[in-house]
Parts: sequence; C-alpha cells; structure tokens
Amino acid sequence: MLEVEGLYKSFRGLHAVQNASFDVPEGAIVGLIGPNGAGKTTCFNMIAGVFRPDAGSISFRGKPIQGLRPDQVCAAGIGRTFQIVKPFAGLTVLDNIVVGALLRSKDVSAAKNYAAEIMERLGLGAKADQPASSLTLPDRKRLEVARALATRPKLLLLDEVMAGLRPTECDQIVAVFRELNRSEGLTILLIEHVMRAVMALAQRIVVLHHGEVIARGTPEEVVRDAAVLECYLGEETQV
Amino acid sequence: MIARLLEGVPRRGLVCLAALFALLAVFPAFAGGYLLSVGFLILYFAFVGQAWNIMMGFAGQLSLGHSLYVGLGAYAAAALYVHFGISPWIGLGASIAVAALAGAVIGFLAFRFGVAGVYFAILTIAFAEFARIGFDHFRWVQGSSGFFLPVANYTRNDLWNLRGSPVMFYYLMLVMTAGAFVLCHALLRSRMGYYWLAIRESPEAAQALGVNVFRYKMVAVVISAAMTSLAGVIFAFYYNNLFPEQIFHISRSIELILGPIIGGIGTLVGPLVGAFLLTGLAEGMREAMLRLGIDVPGVKQVFYGICLLLVVVFLPHGVWPPLARAFGLERKG
Repeated sequence: MLEVEGLYKSFRGLHAVQNASFDVPEGAIVGLIGPNGAGKTTCFNMIAGVFRPDAGSISFRGKPIQGLRPDQVCAAGIGRTFQIVKPFAGLTVLDNIVVGALLRSKDVSAAKNYAAEIMERLGLGAKADQPASSLTLPDRKRLEVARALATRPKLLLLDEVMAGLRPTECDQIVAVFRELNRSEGLTILLIEHVMRAVMALAQRIVVLHHGEVIARGTPEEVVRDAAVLECYLGEETQV
Repeated sequence: MIARLLEGVPRRGLVCLAALFALLAVFPAFAGGYLLSVGFLILYFAFVGQAWNIMMGFAGQLSLGHSLYVGLGAYAAAALYVHFGISPWIGLGASIAVAALAGAVIGFLAFRFGVAGVYFAILTIAFAEFARIGFDHFRWVQGSSGFFLPVANYTRNDLWNLRGSPVMFYYLMLVMTAGAFVLCHALLRSRMGYYWLAIRESPEAAQALGVNVFRYKMVAVVISAAMTSLAGVIFAFYYNNLFPEQIFHISRSIELILGPIIGGIGTLVGPLVGAFLLTGLAEGMREAMLRLGIDVPGVKQVFYGICLLLVVVFLPHGVWPPLARAFGLERKG
C-alpha cells in the first residue's frame, strides 16, 4: 500500500535519512523503530508531506505522493498524529474531532455525528464539551488519534502515541488499534519507543539507525538481530 | 435554513438579541441629533469590528491595516457617484471588488511566502500606508485636498443615492450590523468556520487534517476586506468628505480593532459589546465633561487606552466571555 524507495533527506549537511526503503502492505501494522535521532520522524514527515525528500520516491496505493502538501496527503488517505501533540487548544474535544471529520463529510451535522462515534471509541466521550487545553497528556494523545481517524484514513501514521502512557492505558489504546485493523482493515505505520506496544501490535518491524535501514522482519527476528542489539546496547567487547 | 441557524442558541440569548434589536430600532424616536450620531457610530464600529473579527478572531490573522479597506470602499463608491452619478448601491460593487482585490494581493503575498504573525501585521500596515500616500497624489479624487460629495438640503430621503437624514443612515447601519452578525454566526457554524478556528489554533495540525490552509486564509481576508469596504461606502456618504490623511490613517485601523479586542476576540457578541462600551462611554464622558465646562483635547484616546489596559490586565479574553457565562448565554453544541 505504501512503498518508500531510496529516500534521502539532509538538513544543512546532517544526513537525517539516507537511502531508506521499506514498504507497508495493505492491512498490515508495521513498526518503525530505532534509537533517538535515527531519522524516524523525518521519514514520517516526508511521507506526510511536511518535508520534500532530497531524493527517492514515496508511493501510496500506486500513486507517487512525494512533494504533495500535507493536506493533499491527508486527502489521499493518510492520517497522522504528531509526536509533540498539537491540539486545537481553544476548541472543545468534540470540535477538535469534527475538524478531522469535515474532510470526508462536508455537512457539519453529519461530521458531528461521525466525530462523536470516534470520540466514544477512544474513550473521550465524557469530555466532549471540555476545551482541549484542559486535557491530560494521555487524553491529548487519544485526541490526536481521534482527529486523525476522523479523516477516515486508509493508512494511519502514529508518531509515538504511547509515550507517556501508563501500561494499562497503553494496552487500552493497543486494543483500539487492533480492533480498527481487524474490523476496518486500517493499515498502520507506527513509530514507537514503548517496546511493549510495538511487540503487541506490529506484525513487521523496520529498524532505522543513522538514517539507514539496518534490519527488518518480524518482531521476534528483529529483537535477535545482532545489528539491532548493537545500535541499542552498544558493541559487545571482549575483555 | 433558519432552524439550522438557531440550533444550539440558548433561548435567553435569542430573547436578549431580539430585545436589543427592538431597542435599537425605536432609538431614533427618542434620540436627538447628537445621541443619534453616537448611535450611528456605535453601529458603525460594531460592523467593522465584526468584519475585522473574521480575520483575526476566526482565522487568527492579525490585520492592523483595515483602514485600507474602509478607504478603498469609500473612495470607489464616492468617485463613481461624483464623476458619473452612479448610485452607491451599484458603486458598492466596485468598492467590494477593489477591497477584495487588495485583500487578495496582501493575503497572497503573505501566505504564499510564509509571512506570518507580527510580520503579517506589519505588511497590512504597509499597504494602508501605501494607499494613504498614493491617494494624496491621486488627482482623480482631488489628492490631499480632499474629496467632497455634493450636499443637498435634506427635504426628503433619497435612499437610492444615499442622500438624506442621519436617521436614514442610522437605520441602514442597523440593518448592516444585524446582517453582519447573522452572517458571522452562519460562517462560524459552517465547515469553513471550523477550518478557520483550526487554522487559528494550529496551522500545522489543521493541514495534517486535510485543511488547505492557504485557501481558507485567503477566503477569510477577502470576506473581511469586502465587508469592511461596505462600511467605507456608508462612511463616505454619511460624512460627505474624504481625506487620505484621515481615512487611511493607522489610528483609524487601531480604533476599529479596539472594540472586538475589548469585547472579546473571536466571539460573535464581542464586537457589539466593545463598540457599545468604547464609543458609548467615550462619547458620554466627553459630553459630560463639556457640560462641566472641561474641554480636554484627546480625552477620548486616553479613555481608549485606559479601557484597553484594564481589559488586557483583568479580562484577557475580553468583556463578553465572562458576561456570557454569568448570564447563561453561552452557545451549546
């Protein structure tokens, strides 16, 4: 469904992403992991249209999408969340989600109904009329997901939505994603540091290090991969 | 359509609005010439405040050059009337077109090249200043010596040519202000209204949700400019004289944004409340001081400054939001 081919991006001489290639099959949940500064969020931002890649191609459902604006990428069917949450602070929780829902339903009252459904699904129903600025961090993360889901994406990009959540909260949201994946065939690409969530969700994992893909495979394969262990834990030395 | 507009509006709010409208409608029957002119000014500032609020309060784009649109609207309609005898009702088409075009040019330059925040505000000032200096040398409308409309004796009201008594202008302004209120209410509940608020709160997040930020910011500027130009048309035909030094002056731009700031940026009622408080109190105070034999020039500006200071310190969201909460007039849903 999403094919990333030979992606390069540098910022003033810093090679953030170098020759990254991976793909996300339709209906899959793929995890993108790697140490801090590995280039995961830069990859995301190129897919989402925030940055234009220096070289390489990104195609979604067979069509090239590199160089499109973020709103065009969203309209093509890719929803995203932000690592540093960006709620519409002055709007209510429901209205935040309505903004997302208005992409597919031009009618405001239809959008409101759909937004309310999504809101219930993510357990934000009790907070519908509160301003988003009053939410706690876990709820803000849920709101990010709810807004992105309201745009009815075929592919959802999740940028560290579990970070800062308690294990039980993490399990709840994992269950929501699993359910969406199973019942609606939602494809998910997630960046995540919380291994509990990655192992529970991802069917395939891609590991980035210094902007390059160093390993890929099932979660079980990846955690045993020597190169992956090295980049996370350091080289093994003989004393 | 009407049922939809009324959806979620508290009943008490409707009653208050109807009462206010009725009060304003019968006001000329009791008011003398001076009071009527104060009433006209209040409505005028409520209207332009509402227009400015679309850009700043809804879409989050700070304009400090709205006198540009007032001036362009005023000059366009007045010039067509004086030179060709074209009725202002037709001339206002030209006013809207010129102001909307000016807004579109400023918006395009700013939003296409990522000029935002205070830099955008400076750009809006710059264009108003260009116009002020440009019109000083614009011979067709008499440049800096001022452009005058022929004043006839007001034996009867000629609504078609906007020649008539202050009462006629008062009612015209009342209809326009009420219309602006309803229009803004409808805009705020439309898809575009949601998108404007989203852009105001976080342009990046809005764009990630599929909002074409450039397009919706452009629409906000164009609607706001077009509405403001209508106030300019009324201004020209009410005062019958136009000077670039006055109408395009930055102090006029500032004056028209004080109402919505004090009333409550981004609220529907804020511009109305702000205009009542500022213009009503300032004129009342000046009148009272004159009666006491104190004539201090510039007292109005000092009063504006004090009001602004008090609001910024004690009511940063404006006067209206806490009032609305206190009287149960907040909108639901």
